[in-house]
Amino acid sequence: MSRPLRVLVAKPGLDGHDRGALVLAQALRDDGMEVIYTGLRVSPRRIAGAAVQEDVDLVCVSILSGAHNVVFEDLFTALAEAGGEDIPVLAGGVIPNADFAHLRALGVREIFTPGSALADICACIHRVVGR
Amino acid sequence: MSEDQGSVAAARQRWEKDVLAPAVDKGLRPATIAPAGWRAQEGAAPLLHTPREDDGCGYLEQLGFPGEYPYTRGIQPTMYPGRLWTMRQYAGFGSAEETHERFRYLLDRGQGGLLVAFDLPTQLGLDSDDPDARGEVGVVGVAVDSLQDMETIFHGLPLEQASPSLTMNGAAAVALALYVATAEKEGLPLERISGTTQNDILKEYLARGAYIYPPRPALRLCIDVIEYCTRHLPRWNFMNVCGYHMREAGATRVQEVAFALANAITYIEACLARGLDIDDFARRIAFNFTASAEIFPEAAKFRAARRLWAKLLRERFGARNPASWMWRTGAGSAGSTLTAQQPENNIVRVALQNLAAVLGGVQSFHAAAYDEALALPSEHSALLALRTQQVLAYESGVGDVIDPLGGSYYVEALTDEIEREVGAQIARIEAEGGMLRAIEDGRAQGEIARSAYAQQRQIENGEQVVVGVNRFQDGTAPDISLHRPSAAMVDAQIARLQRLRRERDNGRVALALGRLTAEAHGNGNLMYPLLEAAKAYATLGEMCGAMASVFGKHQAHAGVLP
Repeated sequence: MSRPLRVLVAKPGLDGHDRGALVLAQALRDDGMEVIYTGLRVSPRRIAGAAVQEDVDLVCVSILSGAHNVVFEDLFTALAEAGGEDIPVLAGGVIPNADFAHLRALGVREIFTPGSALADICACIHRVVGR
Repeated sequence: MSEDQGSVAAARQRWEKDVLAPAVDKGLRPATIAPAGWRAQEGAAPLLHTPREDDGCGYLEQLGFPGEYPYTRGIQPTMYPGRLWTMRQYAGFGSAEETHERFRYLLDRGQGGLLVAFDLPTQLGLDSDDPDARGEVGVVGVAVDSLQDMETIFHGLPLEQASPSLTMNGAAAVALALYVATAEKEGLPLERISGTTQNDILKEYLARGAYIYPPRPALRLCIDVIEYCTRHLPRWNFMNVCGYHMREAGATRVQEVAFALANAITYIEACLARGLDIDDFARRIAFNFTASAEIFPEAAKFRAARRLWAKLLRERFGARNPASWMWRTGAGSAGSTLTAQQPENNIVRVALQNLAAVLGGVQSFHAAAYDEALALPSEHSALLALRTQQVLAYESGVGDVIDPLGGSYYVEALTDEIEREVGAQIARIEAEGGMLRAIEDGRAQGEIARSAYAQQRQIENGEQVVVGVNRFQDGTAPDISLHRPSAAMVDAQIARLQRLRRERDNGRVALALGRLTAEAHGNGNLMYPLLEAAKAYATLGEMCGAMASVFGKHQAHAGVLP
């Protein structure tokens, strides 16, 4: 039997609204995944470092401060530098449709905005990781 | 409250004569159905309805009369028939100059109590050119880096009328120091400086996340503000204890009240440990709660909180001044219940939230704009939020009598139940070592997170209906838009800050910061060295950094989820 999926739930940006991140973390755990939560206000560099060090299968990034464009640019640079360029990244939070294309071009695999169902996010993770 | 059972009529006569009549003499709103010229001796005033006799439910002990202990029916004798609730409005943000212009506009139109929203770097004690502030300067509020920015916002404005509300917690002491230094430069003596600081640091660890230092030194700073204000700023409202943010983070209604009151108890005990007298500070503690569209439980919540607070302050803390017993609260639309899907539905939700808060007897209400889940409110949607309040206030008649739900079997049962459950939760928190401990080891945060998850599952399995989200959807996807300050504004803010650092008296700054650091190692009140540093034009980041060099910074929540 394969090991359970390991997921890093990350909270960059200065906003402290982690309701979404904490709810998602509990849902992923109940889905059978191993979840590591970074805590608030973690820099993209530290997220990338944690993702590589913890050998996670996927990173979920929750951001509501509006700084997502800057944050994801820095995150993908940091992931590449840390040797984690193959780790898939999902985005969640208050993100305007107008920014979707930019984030996808950077490498974000899927974007979840307020009102998204937990089941859909779980399904997306299994689909992206391929198990 | 010595009246015997069955003597409600006699007690009412006394209340009408001794409490209501003097308040009525100060005036009622013309729209109120109380007939002009009503006098206490003429019989029951129509603005309050009471039972004729006690029906065994303990009317006098549990409900009593408005403006009297235990204040279940309201803290003022005349409540809304005397004066409507304060209708708070969205205030806007931008640069310090834009904020100044906006405030001048509002003051010219007679509005005071101006709300100052700070951007996240300011709330977290970071200067605008800090690497961690990138992308966040001026986004959710105005950037204040030093006394210079505070002066730009307030120079030349009638400060006594402006009476600003500084929405700051982690760096509340710094914001207050900057404001006091500004007001003094504008010629206002300390005893006439009025305004508000939120200064409720404990809820930041529980819900909102805008903390800087670990809980204990942060609590010290928070009490420094209270002590300083008690000694020097008689007109400053130094604390707004928030249940709002915990509820928004997913707490249940009972957790909202229980955690807020447990936080307040922690502050009170810390003040008493400093040697402050309960009646010197308790009356200036106010609250900020949420109002959802669940009319009856929400109205009951405010009624229960008033009774709990009155008993707590009188019986446990021995306050003798009735003003200390009064639970004063503002309320705001429950933002987390507003949906990005079918946003017009939020207009109806906000109206119901407003009704719930008013039936609960709040002192002020902030109505959200219906498009807040999508974007910065437009002029149109902000105005519609105000009109919602006005229709309720001037057309519905809901404010023409006091506590219209009082005596309802349902609402009284809800009120009793919330009071009982909150009391039990507070007792449990205290038995387990108190709120500070519950925060430090993350237990309280965990309880809120579990409530949030339980609620989300109820929404996803359809037990809890959210119109337009999990029922009655129309298939359209919402489109969110965000406020972004112009790059030019951010660049100008940073350029001004860097020029200040070059041109100020840096010897004086170093001296002031040195004293701040030294005092942080000791036990003195940090407001005094903060004021000195503020006046020397030390930046917010330098002041907060000096304290962080002693206190450290707080990092919580990290780790593998159990």
